[in-house]
Parts: sequence; structure tokens; C-alpha cells
Amino acid sequence: MSTIDLTTPGLGGGLKDVLRSRYLLKLLVQKELKVRYRGSVLGLLWSYVKPGVQFVVFWFALGIFLGMNRNTENYPIYLFSGIVLINFFNEALSNASRSIVGNGGLIKKIYLPRELFPVASVWVSAIHFVPQLFVLLIACFIAGWTPGVVQIGAAVIGFLIVALLAIGLGLFFGSVNVYFRDSENFVDMLLMIATWASPVLYSWTMVRDGLFDAFGAGTGGILHTIYQVNPLTIAVELFHFAFWMPTTSGVTDPLTAVPPNLLDLWMPIGVAISVLVILLGQFTFRRLEGRFAQEL
Amino acid sequence: MTTAIEVRGISKEFVLRHTRSIKEAFVWIMKGRKGDLSKKFHALSDVSLTIEQGESVALLGLNGSGKSTLLKHISGVMLPDVGTVQTRGRVAGLIEVGAGFHPDLSGRDNVYLNGAILGMSEEQIEERFDDILEFSEIGQFIDTEVKFYSSGMYLRLAFSVAVHTNPEVFLVDEILAVGDEPFQKKCIARIKELADDGKTLVVVSHDLDLVAQICKRGVLLEHGRVVLDSTVDDAVATLRSRH
Repeated sequence: MSTIDLTTPGLGGGLKDVLRSRYLLKLLVQKELKVRYRGSVLGLLWSYVKPGVQFVVFWFALGIFLGMNRNTENYPIYLFSGIVLINFFNEALSNASRSIVGNGGLIKKIYLPRELFPVASVWVSAIHFVPQLFVLLIACFIAGWTPGVVQIGAAVIGFLIVALLAIGLGLFFGSVNVYFRDSENFVDMLLMIATWASPVLYSWTMVRDGLFDAFGAGTGGILHTIYQVNPLTIAVELFHFAFWMPTTSGVTDPLTAVPPNLLDLWMPIGVAISVLVILLGQFTFRRLEGRFAQEL
Repeated sequence: MTTAIEVRGISKEFVLRHTRSIKEAFVWIMKGRKGDLSKKFHALSDVSLTIEQGESVALLGLNGSGKSTLLKHISGVMLPDVGTVQTRGRVAGLIEVGAGFHPDLSGRDNVYLNGAILGMSEEQIEERFDDILEFSEIGQFIDTEVKFYSSGMYLRLAFSVAVHTNPEVFLVDEILAVGDEPFQKKCIARIKELADDGKTLVVVSHDLDLVAQICKRGVLLEHGRVVLDSTVDDAVATLRSRH
């Protein structure tokens, strides 16, 4: 026994510890899944019903009333491929920001890598994302989708960008939320913006043309670049590239279907920003977690 | 002898914060940081304590003397403002049993979840599951959701998981009053067994006669300071004579 060294308790290795506690992570995710829809008749079906209804609402309002069906070929698939990704982000970040305060009872009493909680929240959302992805895939196959390696790779990277971003922001807002409960309200606001600040409901060309018309080529160009740097925009366009573009025919110009240089410029930028956000989130979390037990 | 726990000169100050929102903090900054945004409270002042492997130590003191805070520093839940805490081997807390229990999960799920929270691996839990079940005397109710348990059953199961985690250092905080008398006796017997096996025990309890039975060494805390470090009988006698 004496061969074991003295160690300082309570100093974790951050996200590395989460990798080491995979079993606990698995159990936390299972708990969350069991508890989420307890006592409800539809149970896990709710993760189909909610996006289904949301999709129908958007399709009527935007596709039919606002005429997006006429402008965009296969608009339902365009719409749904963006919605599933944004839904994943919304659910993941919203739950991750509340996860530390929500598990306060445990964090106050037992030491365990606290990063587990935001990561588990994102993981649970990823599991809820799967059925939505299936619905999307069925729609794609009906529309004649034949995926290639590049498309599938783009989808995986798009998903990873969003997952990393959600974990990073979740660590940040989750830890700040312990000190200032304003944090979770701020996140709610951020998520409302996120749906509209990425090309989920409309196409990127409308953003470019709109900004150029309103602010001129100079300012409009800068604003459009800012819009484009948003990792969510990049991830959503990657999903469009993967799921929607292969279902389009000659009507849609392949040069403007997704922003130019999506794969060779924007995708690496998106990955880089997500990694940066996760480092920042981890840094903030480590700085703040020492006082979680007394502040909760 | 090898050191199991080494606490060197730790102090801890709690901020009794009155504000909880950015708005109030902002107003305070705008007003030129006048007045104190928060009150401070010394929970621990310059506490040093070395515990050898195999020792059983009782932390004694009145409410608010810093016993539980000290225990939280040893477990790593809290970090000291000043000073260092070091431990050897795995430390597990029987701190408020059932902290990791979820009412909507079955007893079985809770055993796995709580076991993992307390640092057991999947194999360890599976290996000890039958022992845990037997010790808890829950029997057929193991697959019932924990929210339907009586409070005694709940505590029995939680305690049972905790004593089967088998760490090198055990931290026990006010949980000896678990269940009915026969079960309580069983718990105490189990804790003594752990002490005899050479596990390090740190016990916090207000039941002075009980800790005197279990522990050999007694550390008396008062207002966050160690005022006496002696045999448990001495410490209990001093505590009783002072108040």
C-alpha cells in the first residue's frame, strides 16, 4: 500500500478524467435517458414527435406561406437537415449549462470529475439526435440520395463541430452558472439567436444578397464573413452538402448550393474554432470548479 | 507507519454572498465598490493534521466547528485557500449516504450508479453486488424504484453500497444513525471490521459514546481550529467538560 504516492485530492485532470471515468459517464447517460421521459406514455417517441411537429410548422410557415418551396429545390430536406443539427445543439447546450447546478447535491458531497455532467448532457442529446437522423435519412433516400465518402465525412465533421462547440460552451456557461444564475437565461437567448443566425430556415445566398443590398459590398462583405465564420453556419452547410445537395438536380446551381470553399476553407475554420472554444471552456471550468462545493 | 492523510496548515474562508446576479454585482461596481458585497466567515484556520495508515480518528466539536468542512477538504470536494492536503490511496466518503441516489431509478440501477460515483469499476460492482444486496436486507425490492422505499430501506441500501467500495481511506460523516437498531449494530460492526482490517477511518459524529467505541484517536475542533489532539476518551471528556 505504501508504494502509492501521496496525492492532492480534488485536483482533476479536466476532460481527460472523463475519458478515464467512461463507465460512470455511461451510467449517468443511462440515468438521464431513463429519467427524462419517466411517467410519459409516448416515452422516447417524444424525440420523434417534437422535431416532427416543429418541422411541419416551419414547412408550412416558411415553405408554403413565405414561398421557400419555390426558391429552394427539395426545401423539406434542406430544412430538416439543418433543424436536426440545431436541435442537437440547442438541447445539448441548454442542458449542459444547467448540469452543474442541477447536480449540485452530488457535487457538494462527493468528489468526482465534474466535467462528466456537461459531457453527459451533450451525450444524451446526441442519443436523441439519432432518431431524427434516421427520419432525415429516410426522407433523403426517398428523394434519391446516393451518398459518397465525401458526403458522409462532411456530415461526421459537421456533427463533431457542433458537439465540441456544445461541450466547450457547456463547460463555460455551466461553471459560470454556479456563480451567476443569469448564465442559463443568457444561454436561452443565445440559442434563440442560434436558430436564426445560421442558414437553417433560409439559404446562404439570401444572406449574402440581403447584406450586400442593405450595407453595400464593403460592409456587407465583412458582415457576411462574420456570418460565415460562425461554426454553426459551417456545420449546417456541411449537413446541407451531405444530405440535401446530392438530392438536387440541375435546377439548383451546384456552385451556389453551398458557400464556395466549404470543404477546403470553412470546414477547417469550423473545427479550429470548436477546438478553441473547448479549450476556453475547459480553462474557465478549471478556474471556477475549485469553489463549486461552497457556492452551490 | 505510512502517512495516509496529511493536512498542512489549511485555512478556508467562506464568502457569505448576498448577491446572486450580475445586475447587483454591476451596480456595486458602478457605485465604486462601496461597502462589502459579501461577508466572510472562517470555517477553518490553520489546521494541521497527520493521520497514519490504519488509524481511526474521530473529529469532534460542536455544530459549525468545521468538522464536515475538514472532511470535505480531505475528500477533495473543497480546495483550501491556504495550505495543502495530501492523501494516499483511494479515499471514499460515507458522507451523507445516498447523495448519488436517484429516486426514479430502481434499487439495482442505483447500486451501480452510486458504486461508480464512489469510484468502483464495473467489475468491482458486479463482483460485490450480491454482498451489497445481502448486507442491505432489501431482498426482492431491489428492482423497485427507490422513491417507493421507506427511509430506512433507502439508507440501508445507500450505506451498504458505501461500505462495499473498499477504499484505503474511509470518511464517515454523521451516518451511523442508519435504520433500526439491529441494522445500526451491523453498520457499526462493519465499520469496526474495516478499522481492524487496517483501513484508515475518519469519523464525524455527535454520538460521542459511539465514536468512542469505534475510534482510538480524537481531534477536537472549535471555531475552525484544532484545540486538542489526543485519545478519543480525552477528547470526548474535554468536549463534555467545556459545554
